[in-house]
Amino acid sequence: MLTTEITQEWMDKFYHKIEENKDYLSELDTPIGDGDHGNNMMRGMEGVKQGLAKLQKPDLKTILKNIAMSLISKVGGASGPLYGTAFLEMAKKCGETQDINALINAALDGIKKRGGATEGDKTMVDVWSPVAQTNEITQKVIDDAIASTKDMLARKGRASYLGERSIGHLDPGAVSSGYLFTALLETEASL
Amino acid sequence: MKKLGIILVSHVPDIARGIPQLLTQVAPNVSITNAGGTNENDIGTSMEKILAAIEENKASELLAFYDIGSSKMNLELATEMTDKQVHLYDAAFVEGAYTAASLIEADVTLSEIEKQLASLKIK
Ligand SMILES: Nc1ncnc2c1ncn2[C@@H]1O[C@H](COP(=O)(O)OP(=O)(O)O)[C@@H](O)[C@H]1O
Ligand SMILES: [Mg+2]
Repeated sequence: MLTTEITQEWMDKFYHKIEENKDYLSELDTPIGDGDHGNNMMRGMEGVKQGLAKLQKPDLKTILKNIAMSLISKVGGASGPLYGTAFLEMAKKCGETQDINALINAALDGIKKRGGATEGDKTMVDVWSPVAQTNEITQKVIDDAIASTKDMLARKGRASYLGERSIGHLDPGAVSSGYLFTALLETEASL
Repeated sequence: MKKLGIILVSHVPDIARGIPQLLTQVAPNVSITNAGGTNENDIGTSMEKILAAIEENKASELLAFYDIGSSKMNLELATEMTDKQVHLYDAAFVEGAYTAASLIEADVTLSEIEKQLASLKIK
């Protein structure tokens, strides 16, 4: 069950993971992109942190929508509208169900629709999809999903312009999505 | 002013500002607005800037042209937040916009313009 308390703690943990791994994410984005993914995500999460701090006794929908709008307006790269759409879809769905798996599935559908990517295209979808499909999210599910992007040929996003040369590198958005789900696991374990 | 307008979205402010110079030469009566770069004018796109460019445009029905990646995604998000009708084309950015501008100026219908744009599809 996703609650306001869990979501706030989740975003706090995600913020710290992005902060710690900002340079690594940008490094991953260098050979197959434009080297800004870490900085983009950091700007986005600064926005999320500031946005959430301003809310007073918000309900879950307000929190999720606020996160989405901060990411859409602050990230600047393709990951902004994609992560933003994911949280927007969760906000739309949470009135009906607070089941985490159902919300992640709604988010995944939104990401696929917004970016046009599917499984195997070497994008964040390759982490969101296995996580959405599993009965129980574990660190192994997350790690395996991230690792699977290494040998893929990119068909969406900037990396796709490199063709064959995109093979052999982890996808930066898959790695940052991995941090998002690890942060969720840690949040559920701590509360 | 023509009934159809054009919006241009690029990762780079100079590109977004530059293309209208090419278009207005052949289409002085077409409203052309642009959104380039992030809110900080860094390389990237901004949903807010795109929404502003849609609202500023004098036409209520717009043809949108854009470069790579986040341009299209932020455009789609912006179209969900405006009452204006915005059509997106996966056409070559400069050639697509130039074709549309010339044809709008010549009062060609939207469906005819779309036929021409189909041959310029590259995305
Ligand atoms: N069309 C898409 N569908 C799904 N994910 C995408 C798509 N395009 C890019 N991404 C994800 O976004 C990440 C890049 O984000 P970022 O570097 O912030 O944006 P940009 O590519 O605009 O510089 C990629 O590693 C990939 O996971
Ligand atoms: Mg990048």
